[in-house]
Amino acid sequence: MRKKVLEVTDVTMQFGGLIAVNNLSLFSDFQEIVALIGPNGAGKTTAFNMITGVYKPTSGHIALNRENITGMRPDRIAYRGLARTFQNIRLFKALTVMENVVISQHLRLKSGWISATLRLPHYVAENKLMREKAGELLNFMGLWDVRSEVASSLPYGMQRKLEIARALATQPVMLLLDEPAAGMNPAESLELTGLIHNIRDNFKLTILLIEHHMDVVMDISDRIYVLDYGNLIAMGTPSEIQANDTVIQAYLGVDENEA
Amino acid sequence: MMQIKPVQPSRPTKKSWISMILTLVLLAAVFFVLLGLQGTKNALVLRIARLCAINITLALAMNLINGFTGIFSLGQAGFMAIGAYTTALLTIPAGKKAMMFMLTPLIKPLDTLTLPFGVTLIIGGLIAAGAAFLIGVPCLRLRGDYLAIATLGFSEIIRVFIMNAQGLTNGAQGLKSIPANATVWWTYGVALAVIVFMALFTSSSYGRALKAIREDEIAAESMGVSLFAHKMMSFMISAFLAAVGGGLLAAYNGTIGQDMFRVIQTYNVLMIVVMGGMGSISGSVIAAFIVTIGQEWLRVLDGPINIGPLHTQGVAGMRMVVFSALLLIIIVFFRNGLFGTSEATWSAIGTRLSSLSGHKKGGAAQ
Repeated sequence: MRKKVLEVTDVTMQFGGLIAVNNLSLFSDFQEIVALIGPNGAGKTTAFNMITGVYKPTSGHIALNRENITGMRPDRIAYRGLARTFQNIRLFKALTVMENVVISQHLRLKSGWISATLRLPHYVAENKLMREKAGELLNFMGLWDVRSEVASSLPYGMQRKLEIARALATQPVMLLLDEPAAGMNPAESLELTGLIHNIRDNFKLTILLIEHHMDVVMDISDRIYVLDYGNLIAMGTPSEIQANDTVIQAYLGVDENEA
Repeated sequence: MMQIKPVQPSRPTKKSWISMILTLVLLAAVFFVLLGLQGTKNALVLRIARLCAINITLALAMNLINGFTGIFSLGQAGFMAIGAYTTALLTIPAGKKAMMFMLTPLIKPLDTLTLPFGVTLIIGGLIAAGAAFLIGVPCLRLRGDYLAIATLGFSEIIRVFIMNAQGLTNGAQGLKSIPANATVWWTYGVALAVIVFMALFTSSSYGRALKAIREDEIAAESMGVSLFAHKMMSFMISAFLAAVGGGLLAAYNGTIGQDMFRVIQTYNVLMIVVMGGMGSISGSVIAAFIVTIGQEWLRVLDGPINIGPLHTQGVAGMRMVVFSALLLIIIVFFRNGLFGTSEATWSAIGTRLSSLSGHKKGGAAQ
């Protein structure tokens, strides 16, 4: 049996009278690519925010590699190996591409601020390693040539790639991608599909993603969860989901004559 | 399938050697200017020059928290007061203290204790850092305007405490006869040390983490940067440096009172930071000179003025009106200050010069 990396059990998020996510349970096996889909406002990003610690769930339980991370601070969760990208790109805009990636390795730094300021040998070695690793990642993502550019000056597609590079720099065991193909044309999304596979294989990662481009989702996912109005309405392989009546109804609406 | 290629580490190039030599030349020039200043008989020039150096220290302290970390803190005057009173109490000779504390005698062991000037600066800094920790625990959980208001309030609390702690601070009477330790060497020595510290700290991994918080808190936290720990670190270091600046200011003035550390003192430093550029070390240094010298030079406006048929008797505070107007112009038209978040490096100067002259002439630093 494969190891469960992420396990979400009966998680509910309530904002006042609104139940954004209702009793959601899902899991990801090691090196599996799982997609979370659903119409707008279904609660996908809310689920992401609970898993990454931005929101504290009203009830339920979230475990990463069997460790309870429910309600933990985002930086602590990142330290335990969960990295994410954002739906509306959140780069460190005024900093360079290189700096964006180097900063994300700060959480693994062992030297204290005094030895960092005094440039003691231990810190210098660590810093050199951080830069080399950042260089490798930029190379891998095809961003090495723009490493000295300011992040906000990059074209949209590259900014999305930089977000992924930055997330990978934290040395995660699991990667959460929030709409990685948003705003991309078909050719770009095809490239992205290959890239996500490469990332999974190269870094031995488990990937959970939210996506609206159905061709990307069907192409890339091992399993798919479908949310609607905060409720899980289906789970299965891409072909199962495509044939599922409830899912089709949620996306296309119910034909009044039939109902 | 993409391959991961090894990346060549950068080696010191010819360019960085030239930069180093230029920096050494600049330092030597500064040294000789200071040597000249030390020997000058012109008391006014000497005063302004030393005030410039103190303002560099104060501006950089504030720039760390406001510019590099992006936290709009208005508590600097309180930390300066802590440094100023610590230095004053620990350097004034015992006999003078006994004469000054007429209403309530100074508490033991401060009444007889005197320490070397440098030590008092560090003690003041440490006390301020401790106070920053206590203030930071509630305040750093706030954001934006709320944080600014809360820190401003705590700064006032420190001042009101000083005003009422008669046995410790001599209350509203203030302290005088503070030994004039703030020489050219002390003020510029401290300023240089703070510049070097800031340059090294802000370019370290911790400095990068602070900039990440400034750029996007949520993203920084998701990348594993502990917001509270890093904000607290920045806040405490900033308070330490502000207190060192305050200690220098006490020794420079010779007399201090709680009135000196009203909110206006914070705004004075803020003006330098904004003018130089939030997040620029060289900007703060240059703006410290411009603002300090400018405020002295504009003093003529306070005296009687005759412009053609127009005669004024001289209005005290006129220079501050003009200065405020200048600050407004900077904020409206040059919102990022002189330098923004960039630094005046030799290669940047070289590029600027060569683009000005249009050919190779200015490329000396390339």
